[in-house]
Amino acid sequence: MPELLIKNAFVIDPLQGIHGDIMDISIRDGRIVDKVSGSCEVIDAAGNLTLPGGIDSHTHVCGTKVNFGRYMSPEDMRAGRTPRRGAMYPTSGYTVPTTYGNSYRYSKMGYTTLLEGAMAPMEARHTHEEFAATPMQDMLANTLFDGNWSLFEAVGDKDIRQAAAVIGWTLAAVKGFGIKLTNPGGTEAWGFGEDLASIDEEVPNWDITPREIIDTTIRACELLHLPHSVHLHCNNLGMPGNYRTTLETLDIPGDMNPDRQTLYLTHVQFHSYGGNTWGDIKSEAKKISDSINNKPQVVIDMGQVMFGRTMTMTADGPMEFRLYTLHHNKWSNHDVELETGSGIIPVYYSRKSSVNSIMWAIGLELALLVKNPWQCMLTTDNPNGAPFVKYPEIIGLLMSNKYREKELRQVHRLTTDRTSLGTIDRELSFEEIAVMTRAGQAKALGIINQGKGHFREDALADIAIYPVKPDQTDPSLQYEEVIGAFQQTLYTLKDGVIVSRDGEVITGVANRTFWSKANLPEDMDVMKSPRFVEKFSRFYSVDLENYLVQDEYVQRGVAIKAGTS
Amino acid sequence: MEDKVRHIVCPYCGCLCDDILVELTDGKISGVENACTLGAHKFLDDADNRLKGPIMRKGDEWIDISYEEAIAFAVQTLSEADRPLLYGWSGCVTETQAIGAHLAELIGGVVDSTTSVCHGPSILAIQEVGHPGCTLGQVKNRADTIVYWGSNPIEAHPRHLSRYTNYADAYFLHNAFRERKVIVFDVRKTATAEIATEFVQLEQGGDYHVLSALRAIVRGREDVVPDMIAGVPKSQLIGVAELCKKAKFGALFFGVGVTMTGGKYKNIRNAIEFVDELNRHTKWTISPMRGHSNVYGSNEVFTWITGYPYAVDYARGIAFYNPGETTAVDILARKEADAALIMASDPGAHFPRACCEHLAKIPTILFDPYPSATTHLCTVQIPCAVNGIDAAGTAYRMDGIPIRTRKFLETGYPTDTSLMNEIYEQIRERKEHA
Repeated sequence: MPELLIKNAFVIDPLQGIHGDIMDISIRDGRIVDKVSGSCEVIDAAGNLTLPGGIDSHTHVCGTKVNFGRYMSPEDMRAGRTPRRGAMYPTSGYTVPTTYGNSYRYSKMGYTTLLEGAMAPMEARHTHEEFAATPMQDMLANTLFDGNWSLFEAVGDKDIRQAAAVIGWTLAAVKGFGIKLTNPGGTEAWGFGEDLASIDEEVPNWDITPREIIDTTIRACELLHLPHSVHLHCNNLGMPGNYRTTLETLDIPGDMNPDRQTLYLTHVQFHSYGGNTWGDIKSEAKKISDSINNKPQVVIDMGQVMFGRTMTMTADGPMEFRLYTLHHNKWSNHDVELETGSGIIPVYYSRKSSVNSIMWAIGLELALLVKNPWQCMLTTDNPNGAPFVKYPEIIGLLMSNKYREKELRQVHRLTTDRTSLGTIDRELSFEEIAVMTRAGQAKALGIINQGKGHFREDALADIAIYPVKPDQTDPSLQYEEVIGAFQQTLYTLKDGVIVSRDGEVITGVANRTFWSKANLPEDMDVMKSPRFVEKFSRFYSVDLENYLVQDEYVQRGVAIKAGTS
Repeated sequence: MEDKVRHIVCPYCGCLCDDILVELTDGKISGVENACTLGAHKFLDDADNRLKGPIMRKGDEWIDISYEEAIAFAVQTLSEADRPLLYGWSGCVTETQAIGAHLAELIGGVVDSTTSVCHGPSILAIQEVGHPGCTLGQVKNRADTIVYWGSNPIEAHPRHLSRYTNYADAYFLHNAFRERKVIVFDVRKTATAEIATEFVQLEQGGDYHVLSALRAIVRGREDVVPDMIAGVPKSQLIGVAELCKKAKFGALFFGVGVTMTGGKYKNIRNAIEFVDELNRHTKWTISPMRGHSNVYGSNEVFTWITGYPYAVDYARGIAFYNPGETTAVDILARKEADAALIMASDPGAHFPRACCEHLAKIPTILFDPYPSATTHLCTVQIPCAVNGIDAAGTAYRMDGIPIRTRKFLETGYPTDTSLMNEIYEQIRERKEHA
């Protein structure tokens, strides 16, 4: 019965209402307990900031398009290579590191749980194979439904139960966690090289609209009692003037769930643009955050852009093609039959570019203008806005007005006119950062009951101890120390084991894959629907029997129960 | 006793057909349905052709050795090698490929797959300009225009046309076969050219020129195109460009006829940029016709573990990639390798003579269930269970779709995954105690 005691920890545990008390944390068998025996191993946290393990609720780290980003980019692989050290395998890559590279770097930053933002059901095995090679974190896969023909049929029939049946079956079939909609309807239109310009435009050949897809899917998600809400990448990503689409989308859901949001909007920075062209683009973060401030049923993540090189990758195939026509950089595309699309291009965000500088400012505006930190998660849509190793700098920017002013002076001059960043003096607290990087994410994902995001008794002992003493630090002035602290923990613990210390990964603990298993009544069994089964025999290019993801791919799977009752 | 097993995945080519029905009589394969000739023979010829157990060369003779002895030889040889080459990997499952990549790192060796002698140039082109592709079902349901370039699927991927392109059911076409147009570019009138709507016969090595001409025409600059391009009349290319622009969904497939001719990866780059250009008019995708059943899996696995799809050199402790230098053929031609492990491939049948001669000089360990041309070069051959017959695991179709192959026979042969794992663990322990 391995035991461990962390003494003198400066604990912030927002889910328990602990706001920075010096405490001891007791661990037995990988879980938080009330007490341990006097003779166990002791870590002296010495008053340093101690938080539940970090959770990234939207990142791209595993699967077909992530790996294609690596495959097509030897220049990126060369940009971040490390040799074997102790228990660490060699790694390659800066913006899209190898699986071990991602896993070690997240671990060093105190992260113990990652949600892969976009898994095409048909390519699920690939994602799960990479999960198995991402050893330092528990993994979850949001599953793409934006162009799912069986879902479209249910939407067309206005049949929420049927939609729920398709979603419940698919998540269990591919061992997926939650529902992801990426440019709903738009990825299907891209099958013939088109896109949709509004949520009320009809999807070609389907007699349904994005609004109907979003609305039906939200209702189906709630009918299934899935842990996480619908996770939406809005239509019109990256288009000047797209804030209107985002506002219309925000108005779709009512407040349907007492435990969490009803709709999660991801990388909202990319969806908060005013103006009509790249020439007159401006921030509409104020309007977007006003809407969010009035809607407790919505949670967003930032999708912050940071300057430098990165790789954009998304299921939003048509958007990546538009980006290609702007950048003329190398472009990859990968449509997935009957389900979704995807695209990849590398980009360089430059502070000399007015558009890039405005994008940078909008992400920060959103995080500062959304009043309730439980409604705004800290992300870069890794690696789309920036690689996740930039998170500490974002934390610094959010905690220090002085740092923001300094940076604002370095970016394109139009940023001051076209955004309100320079007029905001809010500085986030350590507690707010803790909400935006773990507690809020655990709540938004619905995994508090899985022991994530807090230190309640019986929670998983995932713990990050950062080398900063909050009661002796003024982040407003000492932002550089804060950034340094969040870049590298003193200790990262997963399941009660010290997995990394002072930036060095020491050992791994077998990771878990959380997936959603909906128990459905017999009338919701899609396998009895000839129309559903025929899709496999006539239009999919694999047999239904070979589509189902076998248990071998989730050897340490944790099935989260869901269902209509 | 007769038995029928369904939904079997064919482990022959990159089409990875997963609708195969196998008939068993008294525990032996007696019939195969749905497979093409190549695939059917993979199953039907299996039974009496396998090596019974590991063999080792002693002078001019082969002697039988145990699996333990074979593993011990591999462990010693690879541990003591200065420049070990781990090559092949295209016929085995990704689970084995992953161990191969880790083993290369452990012993500071080079891991390379058959990619380097087939679609290696395609990957180099993709690394320059990207890859607008899609899954094969997307082509099947939508494509009204199909191009095969330097590729002869009727003979090399026989079910490609019936499962994914010309003869396949399409959701968006009422009479798919009649509505589709097939354009074939090749240097000779192949079996596939015989069924084409339009056959463009170009001179050997003329691919780059013809692609450049097509790009110019699609861009509206036919004025710069000469009257004849590599044996093709300009007027024919203007017609082809028009067909391509009129397509609602076009799919271009290319084979080693373009990757392994003069110009190599530059041909592919040009083809990709031709498709990029067409996407400004309508929807087009481009895809390589991958050969071995799981060659694409080797690229995927090597990429997520090492960062690179093939030709990875760990001699300096980090992953280093430089095709032309760190590719198997080059390392052997320079006589650098001092030991080789060949997994699930047959370099003896495909490599240049100088490379084969070098393989025959150094200790070479071959993992293959059957005797092959490489048998004649190797020091030890270790037969293992066959992926898709008596072993199961992950394979990636030519379009990146991961499928789990099925095990339907119990033969008692160990899997290559378990053997490689054993070798890895023994070498790791040896290193720890060194």
